[in-house]
Amino acid sequence: MAVEFSPKTLSRVNNLISRYPHKEGAVLPVLYLAQEEFGHLSQESIEYVAKLMEIPTTRLYGTVSFYTLLHMRPIGRHHIQVCRTLPCALLGAEKITDFLKRKLGIKLGETTTDGKFTLSEVECLASCGTAPMMQINDDYYENLSEEKVEKILESLKGTST
Amino acid sequence: MEKILLRNIETQDSHTLTVYQSRGGYRALQKALKEMTPEKVTEEVIASGLRGRGGAGFPTGRKWSFVPKDNPKPKYLVCNADESEPGTFKDRVLIEKDPHAVIEGLILASFAIQSHLAFIYIRGEFAFGYRVLEKAVEEVRQAGYIGKDILGSGYDLELIVHRGAGAYICGEETALLSSLEGQRGWPKLKPPFPATHGLFGCPTVVNNVETLAALPWIIDQGAAKYAALGTEKSKGTKLFSVCGQIQRPGVYEVEMGYPLKRFLEEDCGGVRVGRKLKGVIPGGSSVPILRWDEIGEARLDYESIQAAGSLLGSGGMIVIDDSTCMVKAACNIAHFYAHESCGQCTPCREGCHWMEKIFWRIENGQGNEKDLDLVADVSRHIMGNTICPLGDAAAMPAGAFINKFRDEFEYHIAHKKCMV
Repeated sequence: MAVEFSPKTLSRVNNLISRYPHKEGAVLPVLYLAQEEFGHLSQESIEYVAKLMEIPTTRLYGTVSFYTLLHMRPIGRHHIQVCRTLPCALLGAEKITDFLKRKLGIKLGETTTDGKFTLSEVECLASCGTAPMMQINDDYYENLSEEKVEKILESLKGTST
Repeated sequence: MEKILLRNIETQDSHTLTVYQSRGGYRALQKALKEMTPEKVTEEVIASGLRGRGGAGFPTGRKWSFVPKDNPKPKYLVCNADESEPGTFKDRVLIEKDPHAVIEGLILASFAIQSHLAFIYIRGEFAFGYRVLEKAVEEVRQAGYIGKDILGSGYDLELIVHRGAGAYICGEETALLSSLEGQRGWPKLKPPFPATHGLFGCPTVVNNVETLAALPWIIDQGAAKYAALGTEKSKGTKLFSVCGQIQRPGVYEVEMGYPLKRFLEEDCGGVRVGRKLKGVIPGGSSVPILRWDEIGEARLDYESIQAAGSLLGSGGMIVIDDSTCMVKAACNIAHFYAHESCGQCTPCREGCHWMEKIFWRIENGQGNEKDLDLVADVSRHIMGNTICPLGDAAAMPAGAFINKFRDEFEYHIAHKKCMV
């Protein structure tokens, strides 16, 4: 089946577009909706959104490929993003990442075989006062220790979303 | 000291309109729309001496005054909430705990430049902050503080909260505008400046969250009261976010001109027990590090920190103690800029990666004696040769780490191991 927004999402898209002075202003929010609905931004979905937004596919591809929060490949249900920048590094971010690698049995950039967890290292998330920290999907987890990370993983393993 | 920026955050439910209003919120907006002209608001902000709190420290009122009044195009006000400078987490506190101060400031600034559409560009990772702002915007819409004919003044304003999608460079104002136009976050050459050619080619002002959050107090209490605080050239108060190897990390509001040493030792509790201070990066990772013996009499204002050999920047303060290897710290920062370079300008795109590679080579015991000069050479070719300041922001700290901790780098090269 061809990639297409549901009627409900499409009305959200049109509402978004109407709020911006130029249609292109709505590109990022529409891409977020596409990612939410299609899981990731495949070439097919980029082509679909480009057509919808009336911009060249190549240009939209340029936009999508620029941003770390837009995913062109499928990712796990829980995207674990450990901050690696200096303030977190000074307080042991590397240990947290190593612990996660061991616990999940994957390397950075990989997804567990059950599709539950993807592990990434990311740059500063503006939570330096509560370092080390990580973000899982939308949520921040701060002042991390190995014990704390273990508990977080346990709590997520039981969830289906 | 009376708190201006953090005045509300300790109060229960400070993020709600009810609490914000019960503490004098939106009084400044009433005053501006009913008793003042846009010009008067601008004059008041110029008189307050408020300077941009995103890092550059440019006088806010003057920035507004560059917007041409006779330009027939629409004007836009954009709040830069793309807080991404390593060590900086002050805006996040305001967004999450006092969103209405930011929004009231945004309406005041929009009124001053006569913009009828304003944006809050918030970094994509701040999903919680985005939801807080969306809710706050809904509250002000209901209350009639945005929309048509605000408070019967005839002034209209719409407001869009716009999520970024993960790119440090979008904190740079022209990159932010490219991103808001749906493009890659590529900076643009200045001039022309956004004040004349900004969002979609229209006159645009971009102000930082903290800058906007100071406005309601200034308009309500008067410029003179704000200007009475701080030093001759750095007026008022500023937020400092302190992190790294320090006892009490967090966000502090400090009157400009406060002694840095006292701030670190008394307010922030100093470094951990048994450790010695090695250095402080005072204004986010893009500014040169100050070695422990350079702090001396430095004060927390733009001029004093510059005289000490660094920059006040965003006020994101990274504290480093003697347990840290400065070569490794330099590697970490170099990696950040190599990752975040947008790739547009060759000196930055290539140079940042070269600097990172050389630092890692030294860290891994494979450095040679020519490497330090090589970094200096690469950074010299980046500085001033790029569209935006990211290149300089990578080169400046790299040079400072080597100059100020040269013994550690040389030890690494000579002994193929760390001296710490």
